Amino acid sequence: MSILIDKNSRLIVQGITGRDGGFHASKMKAYGTNVVGGTSPGKGGELAEGIPVFNTARDAVRETAADTSVIFVPAPFAKDAMMEAADAGIKLIVCITEGIPTLDVVEAYSYIRRKGANLIGPNCPGLISPGKSLVGIMPSMIFRKGSTGVISRSGTLTYEVVYNLTEKGMGQSTAVGVGGDPVVGLYYRELLEMFENDPETDSIALIGEIGGDAEERAAEYIRDHVTKPVAVFIAGQQAPPGKQMGHAGAIISSGSGTAAEKIAAFEAVGVPVAREPSQIPDLLKGRR
Amino acid sequence: MKIHEYQAKEMFAAYGLPVDRSIVCRSVEDAVKAYEQLDMQKVIVKAQVHTGGRGKAGGVKLANGEAELRRHAADILGMDIRGFIVDRILVGQAVNIDTEYYVSYVIDRSSKGIILMLSREGGMDIEEVARNTPAKIHKFAIDPSIGVPDYLAREAAFTLFDDIALVRKAAPVFQKLYKLFLANDASLAEINPLVISKEGEIMAIDAKMTFDDNALYRHPRIAALNEPTEEEKKEQNAKSKGFSFVHLGGEIGCMVNGAGLAMATMDMIKLYGGNPANFLDIGGSSNPTKVIEAMKLLLSDKNVKVVLINIFGGITRCDDVARGLLEAFRQIKTDTPIVIRLTGTNEKEGRTLLEGTHFHVAETMGEATEKAVRLSK
Repeated sequence: MSILIDKNSRLIVQGITGRDGGFHASKMKAYGTNVVGGTSPGKGGELAEGIPVFNTARDAVRETAADTSVIFVPAPFAKDAMMEAADAGIKLIVCITEGIPTLDVVEAYSYIRRKGANLIGPNCPGLISPGKSLVGIMPSMIFRKGSTGVISRSGTLTYEVVYNLTEKGMGQSTAVGVGGDPVVGLYYRELLEMFENDPETDSIALIGEIGGDAEERAAEYIRDHVTKPVAVFIAGQQAPPGKQMGHAGAIISSGSGTAAEKIAAFEAVGVPVAREPSQIPDLLKGRR
Repeated sequence: MKIHEYQAKEMFAAYGLPVDRSIVCRSVEDAVKAYEQLDMQKVIVKAQVHTGGRGKAGGVKLANGEAELRRHAADILGMDIRGFIVDRILVGQAVNIDTEYYVSYVIDRSSKGIILMLSREGGMDIEEVARNTPAKIHKFAIDPSIGVPDYLAREAAFTLFDDIALVRKAAPVFQKLYKLFLANDASLAEINPLVISKEGEIMAIDAKMTFDDNALYRHPRIAALNEPTEEEKKEQNAKSKGFSFVHLGGEIGCMVNGAGLAMATMDMIKLYGGNPANFLDIGGSSNPTKVIEAMKLLLSDKNVKVVLINIFGGITRCDDVARGLLEAFRQIKTDTPIVIRLTGTNEKEGRTLLEGTHFHVAETMGEATEKAVRLSK
């Protein structure tokens, strides 16, 4: 298995005629993802990277039976693209775009949920089920098929951890970058539940960072519902309060959201926390 | 982005929210004129600074008469409140407060929406109330498709007031504040306190608003109110070049691709006994111009004794990154030792290209950090 995406996922790329959209569409296709189409208003009927382009998401879904979408459109138009995908019947919407106004995400998220679809991102690297499907911008060559599930708020830090896992012979079932914005779609709780229920996943690496209290709530969820071993790394122990550390969501406000609180929350429920990203494989191996 | 109380009150007034009468002043003379204009015996003088805790710092004073007003205005103007020098004060009507309340709209990460927060503990530090007596805070999740209809505004008002006459006065205040929040892409709109005066009037006597930086492109009038500190200017300048930069003050300058990895790098430096000089995320490209700009930024900090470059080559391959670095360092003259750690796609090719140069090349994050810390001592 794997979660969210596999060999059968049928993907459209919204914004396929843009620079990033085109570049990553061809990468995803080369990896073996079923990239069945793309959208770009006014360019319907053309081909981009050998992939048919449609004017609207509705046309694309009607013609290709797509169920998954990845969004590369610029921030001012991203809300519209997310809602268009949901309205067209797409079930999993992955938004890569960075810098979208938070209230746009709030509105789009509410609409997507009402349509019964799921959102990953925005401001995320997407997800990969190694050997099956890549949806997003992750560097596929560092991943190996295996049984560790990866959940992360970050991009390159995820790659760092995955690289270490792969080096130690621990492949991945699915790796998901949930996104670095204050408001994003699927998060720790939902993904932990999916990995817990996935027979191909036998352990979980969770990579968190400062800001918000999602890690604290994830720790509670693990205590009550997760039987598979989990190991954690939290970035931002040296972050000063009130400063945004690159990601819009990575900010310590009024003394809460600190790395220390998050680490304490995981340790309190018996989940080991790595001091360095490279310790994650050993922390998981010891407990599988 | 933050704005001042007086600017927030101007926005409040434009949306029909009741505020006290007040005039912003930049000098004692201005304050005296404002005092005459307000035509009241008692006025309140408040420092306008982008930080909390101004009351405790002595930045808010009641003045009874012109002589006292002059004295307070002179004291507060020029005052240093947590590193912010006061250059503006707000002189306003001294309201006869009967009761005080807390009202705000904020973005709530966990419910992924806007929430309305209310409390009868007005005028207090709301975070303290939330910590000590969470039951005294009422929260309403707002469905963006319906906003704040009359019934919801009334329901919210009933958490603060027992008197239906006050409920009827307060409900429209909550609706107008929501409109203001939504229309301007705020991340916080807070009234603390919202007061009922002895005369029975409802009024916001403080106003706080912050705005979503990602949405400023569609609010040029709000963007124009930005008053960055010196440090923020440096950060914004970095941002305009495609970096995220935060100054930290240590000796080891960091240049990393990706925010999470950049944070992890700072943490590792500390773990290995060094002190990071900064957080710097250069984003995902090997563009030599970007590296040059980033190096200039790092080397402009005189405390920096060593630079640690930590790059994970994903889509951008390590050999391309190495070529970019070599190209960049042909144009930068510096004696500062540089530690480079390259990992990911084509890492061996990348490291081979850097062999025999003056760079200290490392394979793992641990090795690179250890080298950088040693060189910084």
